[in-house]
Amino acid sequence: MEFFKIRKDIPFMRHALAFNVVSLVTFLLAVFFLYTKGLNFSIEFTGGTVLEVNYEHAAEVEKIRGTLDARGYHDYSVQNFGSSRDVLIRMPLKPGQNSADLSKAVMEGLTAADRTATLRRVEFVGPQVGEELAWNGALALLITSLGIVGYLALRFEWKFGIAAIVANLHDVVIILGFFALFQWEFSLPVLAAVLAVLGYSVNESVVIADRIRENFRKMRKASVTEIIDNAITRTISRTIITHGCTQTMVSSMLVFGGPALHYFALALTIGICFGIYSSVLVMAPIVRWLGIRREDLVKPIKEKKQEAVV
Amino acid sequence: MNRYPLWVYVTIAVALVLGALYTLPNFFGEAPAVQVSPARATLKVDSALLGRVEDALKNAAIQPTGVFLDAAGVKVRLTDYDTQPRAKDAIDRALNPDPQNPGYTVALNLLPNSPRWLSAIHALPMYLGLDLRGGVHFLLQVDMRAAIAKRAEGLAGDIRSQLRDKNVRHAGIAREGDSIVIRFRDAETRDKARAIIGEQIPDLLLTDASLGGELRLVATIRPEAQKRTQEFALKQNIQTLHNRINELGVAEPVIQQQGSDRVVVQLPGVQDTAKAKEILGRTATLEVRMVDEDNMNASALAAAQGGQVPFGDEFYIERNGQPLLVKKQVVLTGDRLTDAQPGFDNQTQEPAVHLTLDATGARIFKEYTRENVGKRMAILLIEKGKGEVVTAPVIRSEIGGGRVQISGRMTTVEANDVALLLRAGALAAPMEIIEERTVGPSLGAENIKKGFDSTVYGFAALSLFIIVYYSLFGTFSVLALCANLLFLIALLSMLQATLTLPGIAAIALTLGMAIDANVLINERVREELRGGATPQAAIHAGYERAFGTILDSNVTTLIAGLALLIFGSGPVRGFAVVHCLGILTSIFSSVVVSRSMVNLAYGSRRKLERVAIGNTAWK
Repeated sequence: MEFFKIRKDIPFMRHALAFNVVSLVTFLLAVFFLYTKGLNFSIEFTGGTVLEVNYEHAAEVEKIRGTLDARGYHDYSVQNFGSSRDVLIRMPLKPGQNSADLSKAVMEGLTAADRTATLRRVEFVGPQVGEELAWNGALALLITSLGIVGYLALRFEWKFGIAAIVANLHDVVIILGFFALFQWEFSLPVLAAVLAVLGYSVNESVVIADRIRENFRKMRKASVTEIIDNAITRTISRTIITHGCTQTMVSSMLVFGGPALHYFALALTIGICFGIYSSVLVMAPIVRWLGIRREDLVKPIKEKKQEAVV
Repeated sequence: MNRYPLWVYVTIAVALVLGALYTLPNFFGEAPAVQVSPARATLKVDSALLGRVEDALKNAAIQPTGVFLDAAGVKVRLTDYDTQPRAKDAIDRALNPDPQNPGYTVALNLLPNSPRWLSAIHALPMYLGLDLRGGVHFLLQVDMRAAIAKRAEGLAGDIRSQLRDKNVRHAGIAREGDSIVIRFRDAETRDKARAIIGEQIPDLLLTDASLGGELRLVATIRPEAQKRTQEFALKQNIQTLHNRINELGVAEPVIQQQGSDRVVVQLPGVQDTAKAKEILGRTATLEVRMVDEDNMNASALAAAQGGQVPFGDEFYIERNGQPLLVKKQVVLTGDRLTDAQPGFDNQTQEPAVHLTLDATGARIFKEYTRENVGKRMAILLIEKGKGEVVTAPVIRSEIGGGRVQISGRMTTVEANDVALLLRAGALAAPMEIIEERTVGPSLGAENIKKGFDSTVYGFAALSLFIIVYYSLFGTFSVLALCANLLFLIALLSMLQATLTLPGIAAIALTLGMAIDANVLINERVREELRGGATPQAAIHAGYERAFGTILDSNVTTLIAGLALLIFGSGPVRGFAVVHCLGILTSIFSSVVVSRSMVNLAYGSRRKLERVAIGNTAWK
């Protein structure tokens, strides 16, 4: 079986400007939503208490709200979680409040209102932890970016390093933009997914960079644009199939993984879709724009070695 | 050209056999078990204990599937979850005839069901995280400032007794924040005091000061001594937590230091979280202090109630509502306590707590009671920086022997709780729960199922597609991916890494990403074939050329994985560990293992016309 029977190189670079405009617009939109709406951080970052409560029948969210109101709680949120029989109650931090007492008091209220209420999970995060997590997350992002730029600069050329990281950070911002726009909960697993996507979509850029380098050696007469077009065309089948396979796994998580893995898989899905686009259509134009030349990649010493082997 | 030397095949075979061996224990699952461990260091774990446990089970007509003795205690493996609590009760009754003073901790646990020969080569199932097996996780922060303040208070007491011993007259010693201020009437005495303190208590840094014509000596704790105090406080708190958790009877608790001032506590399988939190979160310490009899008059008490507490005193209200002025100076702390038992007062039959002090504590107590006959002493329970006077009895006579009884309008339950708290030991510094995660057992089982399902269905769909798309080469790729899964699980089991739900997600994701290498290779081989290369040359070139790309792309993924591992915490770390290990195993399996299969299938054929890699017959 074969899906891609492309005989001629696709002139990707001819439309480079259009692609760049598209990604710039999505990028700016993502930044706009991040700025205006902000991320809906989970309690791991903000601090607070989350209770997951299970009922034997469909949970009546309004009744639960009434119970909580009667007990004098404010600023909480109650929503269904996964199924109609599970609810998630989020409560903000209050100075001087003990998490032990809080979850106990809430559960007493809920079981008094409905015998079948059972506590499935409690999570409490104090104010000291959240700030640290956000800081560590940002630091991990920074280190990953620097590490990748450094490695690509070492293996290829600094221009590839810069282009790859710009393309992939653009993915990261777009994922965050989606989370801001739909106010999906941004939790620690989502952060892990974002960083995993960053490492994963750099693969894409590496594969194309590798091909560009190879083409510079093989296609001596070709222009830079032709070389880039050929590299992308030649690797496009691999790109689509690999991403399709990874997405199969991720979709399976999205369908069977339940609410705990939902946003994790969602972040990966967005990352994978935009990863294809960005490494092909954002990274390559940037490399060209940075002025990549044959001499950057094909070192004379390497030439000699190559001939000696052949 | 497409042949591997024998040693490569042997290496792969050995890796696969080892992988299979260490993956195996995960399939046997776990059986309910009861674990017996000594609650006191003086009790021995030996075959006599094993015999007692076996007898207890025989008397209760319970048939265990195995009774084992190891360094930590005795473990009993049972057939089902119904007999588990019965077995626990039977063993508990037999080993602890006095439930008030248990000699052994009997806890419910799970034991791997795998055969003995597997356990003998340390092939154990993966350790499941709390989100998969259910339980409680706490992150506790130690209040280091309080630890330093407490140390300063203790040092102030030392200075006082040193100066008294050497007959140096001072005009008052008080702790102000982290420093101790000693006042003097003349410079000569101050010099003398400085010499004595400098020699006897080297942990203190002494500076002269004067305030409003009053001569002072300000003592601060040296930075290195402060650091020592903090380290000690953390260690002591961890020890105390160990003792308290032993009282709860939890199998395999995790109590670990995190950073310089935090402690992680994980209690797998614990469901009564309220009780656990109460025991852990309560930071009660005992303090014995003197009541300030000089100021116990109506006017001073009224002033104190209004906030005007006399210097060196603290204001408390007794349980019966009586106001009380207690000296700040501590006679005795809970550190000197060796045992605390609930009981009843011999005369009044009121619930009481019987305390036993160690030798130093007993001597101090004897001295104080002798010198202060007729005066009142207050016994305080300090919780989270707030003190409560449990009782403030009048000292009738000298109390020797280190046996003290606290009684003061307590209920039986309160007496039990106070005794447990005191027995569990004193915390060197108060702690606060800053993170808590509780997962019910049903949710844990559900999480395992969901994680397992998403991996299996995703893997099945992916395998089907790859086999159809790349035919025989696709089959090799899928087999290589299976080998990858085997290596990954074997490695996780060997390292006894904790598997969490994000960890399972990482396994699924790693499989989805690892196929990239095989897609790269297969596409490259197709391209070479299309370019007119002979099948053998195409296979060779395909693997050779793809390898550099595979290495580069895996290194970049690994960079992200390592950053997650270093900076991640909690669920992220579980993800990162599996992710990083998965990248390492995938390089080996997708390149070496898949190539070995291709080589075995095609490598020895001289005249190879075509290879089964899907349709490449177009130009």
